[in-house]
Amino acid sequence: MRSENITPLNSDIVCDSCCVEFGSELVLDDVSFSVTSGTLVGVVGPNGGGKTTLFNAMTGTVPLAHGTITIAGLSPDQAKSLIGYVPQKEYVNWKFSLTAKNIVRMGITRMNSFTPFSSNKEKEIIEESLEKVGLLDRMNDMVQDMSGGQRQRVFLARALAQGAQIFLLDEALSGVDVGSQEELIEVLKKLRDSGKTILMATHDLNTISERFDEVLCLNRHCCAYGNPLQVFTPEVLEELYGSHSSMFANHSLGSHGHTDGI
Amino acid sequence: MVFEYILDPLHYSFMVRSLIVATLVGLMLPLLGAYVINRNLAFMGDALAHASLPSLVLGLLIGTSIFIAAIPAAIIVAVLVAYIFNKSDISEDTAVGIIFSSLFALGLILLSIYDEISFSLEDLLLGQLLAVSHADVLVTIYLTLLVIITLLIMHKQFLFSSFDPFGAKVMGLKVDLLNYLFLIILSLAIIGSLQSVGVVLVLSMLITPAATSKLLVSSFSGSMILGSAFGVMSAVTGLYVSYYLNFPSGPSMALTSTCVFVIVWVSGRILKYGQINK
Repeated sequence: MRSENITPLNSDIVCDSCCVEFGSELVLDDVSFSVTSGTLVGVVGPNGGGKTTLFNAMTGTVPLAHGTITIAGLSPDQAKSLIGYVPQKEYVNWKFSLTAKNIVRMGITRMNSFTPFSSNKEKEIIEESLEKVGLLDRMNDMVQDMSGGQRQRVFLARALAQGAQIFLLDEALSGVDVGSQEELIEVLKKLRDSGKTILMATHDLNTISERFDEVLCLNRHCCAYGNPLQVFTPEVLEELYGSHSSMFANHSLGSHGHTDGI
Repeated sequence: MVFEYILDPLHYSFMVRSLIVATLVGLMLPLLGAYVINRNLAFMGDALAHASLPSLVLGLLIGTSIFIAAIPAAIIVAVLVAYIFNKSDISEDTAVGIIFSSLFALGLILLSIYDEISFSLEDLLLGQLLAVSHADVLVTIYLTLLVIITLLIMHKQFLFSSFDPFGAKVMGLKVDLLNYLFLIILSLAIIGSLQSVGVVLVLSMLITPAATSKLLVSSFSGSMILGSAFGVMSAVTGLYVSYYLNFPSGPSMALTSTCVFVIVWVSGRILKYGQINK
């Protein structure tokens, strides 16, 4: 869906003609889309296609060279408290041995939280958040001892404790086994049903229609946005993956079609 | 008999002062060391210690207490190092390496120019705990309180920004500011410990007790507390060893700390081996 088709009414996220430059390199070029509240969106595209940069721009950590992003009607800087970010596992310092509770508590940490102890109210928030992701019984377990999917759910609980309305998950399924992926997706669907808006960067095209309401195809520009059953045309795949798009020539969602000889 | 051994050195006021400073150093450094080893900042800690040499020389030139010039200089060095750490185009290790070796060299030149300074190079490098004055004890108490209070009130922010810096930034925490603050208190703690263990050996009290506690305790907060306990134990034991065996105090504390690490590590390996072969 191109910018001219955008309907920003009731939208949690409106991205309008966004450009991001790193030096002289245009990493995001005229990206426009809008996401309505309570939608689960898969963000797909090749490595270096701008998925992480888009998330960074939405969190206000990367400046826009052109265009605007509004989050629930606010600028990214104003909307920081509304955005819950689930990082790629490589960006986290796992040398710190922390319990699930320790990590969820970070969601209620502010610059002016000047006490090392949690109040009863904070403890309640932490427990409620962990309960929503199905990990209340493991609140005192070390995250290092948890599976990849459970760790991601802990980070989701952190975003819940923060009071986030919009959840950004950067390659959250990377290195997570299929069973844990399904558990995570179930949690995301429950959050979606409770009105949260979720964007998740993913490389898995096979399950995209089962898992996501909408899909954003990104290769430095917005190749397509919409229902996953409709957007994956050969032209869009060519735009996304270039010469490798032939791998998906016979692709029908949910199947694994390949052209002969590949 | 044992009590006599413990109480005998305390008849000397210099030993009481030394014991107080050793205890404070053993308490303060491993608290920060827990962060330092998890954030791979050991080289930075070493660099801060070496870079403090010119400020120590300035402090000695001014007189009364070495801390007078050393504390503000330590803050400036920490901010400079943190700025280069954050903003430099060249790699962090290279930038820190250039700064610390340059400042260390400057300190050595200053020391050679001003031969009226009462401390020898050896004292500055290896520590001279037995020479601490009343003023030094007071400053070390204030520095320890400052470090402990800062860690207590900023623990959540330091932990979040160390564990998931980008996530902390997204949530609105001033991660760069927190890094500056951490390096400033690390620098102050190092300055406060230099008279005890010296420029070269300060790393042993910063890193080794924290590394020992990490072998035993899985939680981060637990490792901070146990690390401090090991630090105090090593510092006090080292001081008594130096008194009775007439060893230099700084190296005694450093070696005691290493002995504790080796004992815990070897015990852990033996226990693990025993469990596997059960």
